[in-house]
Amino acid sequence: MPETIIEVKNLTKKFKDFVAVDNITFDVAKGEIFGFLGPNGAGKSTTIRMLTTLLTPSKGSAKVSGFDIVKDQNEVRKHIGLVAEKIILYNHLTAMENLEFFGKLNHMKKDLIRQRADKWLPRLGMKSWTNTSVSAFSTGMKQRINIVRALLTEPDILFLDEPTLGLDPQTTFMIRTFIEELNKQGMTIILTTHDMIEADALCTRVAIIDHGDVAALDTTENLKKRVKDKSNPTMEDVFLAVTGTEVRDAASKANVSTPRHGRFGGGTPGRIR
Amino acid sequence: MTTPFDIFYIAKKDLLEFVRDRTRLITFIIMPIFMLIMVGFIFPSQTSIKNINIGIANQDGNTGTKLTSVIANLEVTSGTKAFNIKYYNSVNDIKNAIRSQQVNGGVYIPSNLDKELASGQQATITIVQDQSNPQVSALTTATLQKVIDEFGQSTSAPKIGVMLTKTKAAASQEAITAVLTPIDTTLTGLFPGNTNYFEFVAPGIMCMVVLTAVLTGLGASVSRERESGTLDGILIAPVSRLSIILGKAGAQSIRGLCQGIIVLLLSIIFFGVKLNGNFLLVLLILLLGIFSFVGMGILVSASAAEQETATQLLFMFQFPMLFLSGVFFPIQQMPQIMQYISKVIPLTYAISAMRKVMILGGSLSAVRNDLIILIAFGAVTLLIAVPVFKKMITH
Repeated sequence: MPETIIEVKNLTKKFKDFVAVDNITFDVAKGEIFGFLGPNGAGKSTTIRMLTTLLTPSKGSAKVSGFDIVKDQNEVRKHIGLVAEKIILYNHLTAMENLEFFGKLNHMKKDLIRQRADKWLPRLGMKSWTNTSVSAFSTGMKQRINIVRALLTEPDILFLDEPTLGLDPQTTFMIRTFIEELNKQGMTIILTTHDMIEADALCTRVAIIDHGDVAALDTTENLKKRVKDKSNPTMEDVFLAVTGTEVRDAASKANVSTPRHGRFGGGTPGRIR
Repeated sequence: MTTPFDIFYIAKKDLLEFVRDRTRLITFIIMPIFMLIMVGFIFPSQTSIKNINIGIANQDGNTGTKLTSVIANLEVTSGTKAFNIKYYNSVNDIKNAIRSQQVNGGVYIPSNLDKELASGQQATITIVQDQSNPQVSALTTATLQKVIDEFGQSTSAPKIGVMLTKTKAAASQEAITAVLTPIDTTLTGLFPGNTNYFEFVAPGIMCMVVLTAVLTGLGASVSRERESGTLDGILIAPVSRLSIILGKAGAQSIRGLCQGIIVLLLSIIFFGVKLNGNFLLVLLILLLGIFSFVGMGILVSASAAEQETATQLLFMFQFPMLFLSGVFFPIQQMPQIMQYISKVIPLTYAISAMRKVMILGGSLSAVRNDLIILIAFGAVTLLIAVPVFKKMITH
């Protein structure tokens, strides 16, 4: 039985009357690459923000690396790294100044920060850019430094919120390979993505979130087997089967009780059986 | 846990980021210079009546011509004349000239001036005011009245001398002056010389520039990081929220102090402002003034998710504060209700203390009450702001 590293129980987040995350429960095993998929506004980022202590849950509980996300926030923070949707770097500082700042905030000595930078920067092809201002970097270069920043403390769990969004295929390939490499070294990865190919290629298990709830959770292979009307289903087929084809942005924000179509075991007739 | 190291790292990063951002750095230096130039050169001071256009309608012969010459040659500083004279024939001509803004006032000298003076009667000279510009009009009228009074006294001095001789009294200059001006007044202050308007306004400008920079700087700093996403990087580190607040406030305080020193030096070097009090006390007032504003800055930044909203909210606070805190004119001149409102603005106390030290050379005991109020303001707003900040950024 693999050790559980994230334990989520009835986690709920409300913003006034809007329920962003609705009573979700799931576990993540140590060493997994756990995919977090879902349409825009489904509650993925809100869940990630709660698990990384950036948001306080309205209800429910969660343990990350054995620590409660509300009671032991600083302990949780010591065990996680976050590559958020927005790049966490200061444009007017050099790459190394950014790394030193975030390293020191994590109470790391300067030598250790340099040692970790020397370890990870060459792996992402950024060794020769340490003294360049981040403002001079392309989006891909910024994202690579951003990942090194999140890895400085060599956390147990790395949260990646759409890490390849807007990147060229070469950088995307490099980052995906790197994620696999980190996972092989024992790091647990929580990956949020809209890229179904990425999810299929990387994830051990996938949770599909819709309307703030876990609509499906299984290995990618098992999820594909549940799509009956396609001979060779992809993760995109799975995603659409679970979440439907209706564009959600406005609906999900305006009314959380929008009828749920296309879910496994109770969705749109004919798509999933 | 809040550690001085965490506070230091955050403050250092904020300052480094600020120094590297050329636009912000230039604005930081240019803004106080611009402000001082505007106030120093544009606002009227004691010697700022110069080259004012006035009209003279002289109907008289000898005495009228002499008076016209005295007015025309009056100098405010060496080589700079107080008035440019334009000549007219009647009061109505002067009024028409004021109406068309060719002149800012005038003097009408009647044709019977010589005759009335010679017959020992009191003569009347009319000063015509430009009521569209009360400030210039008041200064022009006061200057003209003084010139005419002195001219009148100089013309009557020989007559008084003759009168005194007739009564067998000694007709010395002192005796003549004693008759002309039986009661004289002398002016004395806490230090030699007069204070001009700029000296009144400079301490206020200094406090205003520094404190508004801190208020807007703090609000913008938090909301900018929130908008760009970098705040998440700080919040996810195992540092206390208080360390984040204190680090950011520390960076803004250092910026504010630097800006205050720039304003002070420029005021002294270019505008002749004298610092009659202790320089360290000036810095202490600035620091406590900054402290009194930090809580308010945090409250605004925590409640505004976007930089633009934060700026708008801050402007809403800032604008009335500038007028009600006595930066540009004394609080005593305001209506009573406004005076009450000014009492709940920390800037009022910072400016009051700064004037006491800079202009009157006051010591720590003279500004003690102002400083206590600033500390109280800061402590109360911080006590409210810290938990609000913690709550707002995680909810």
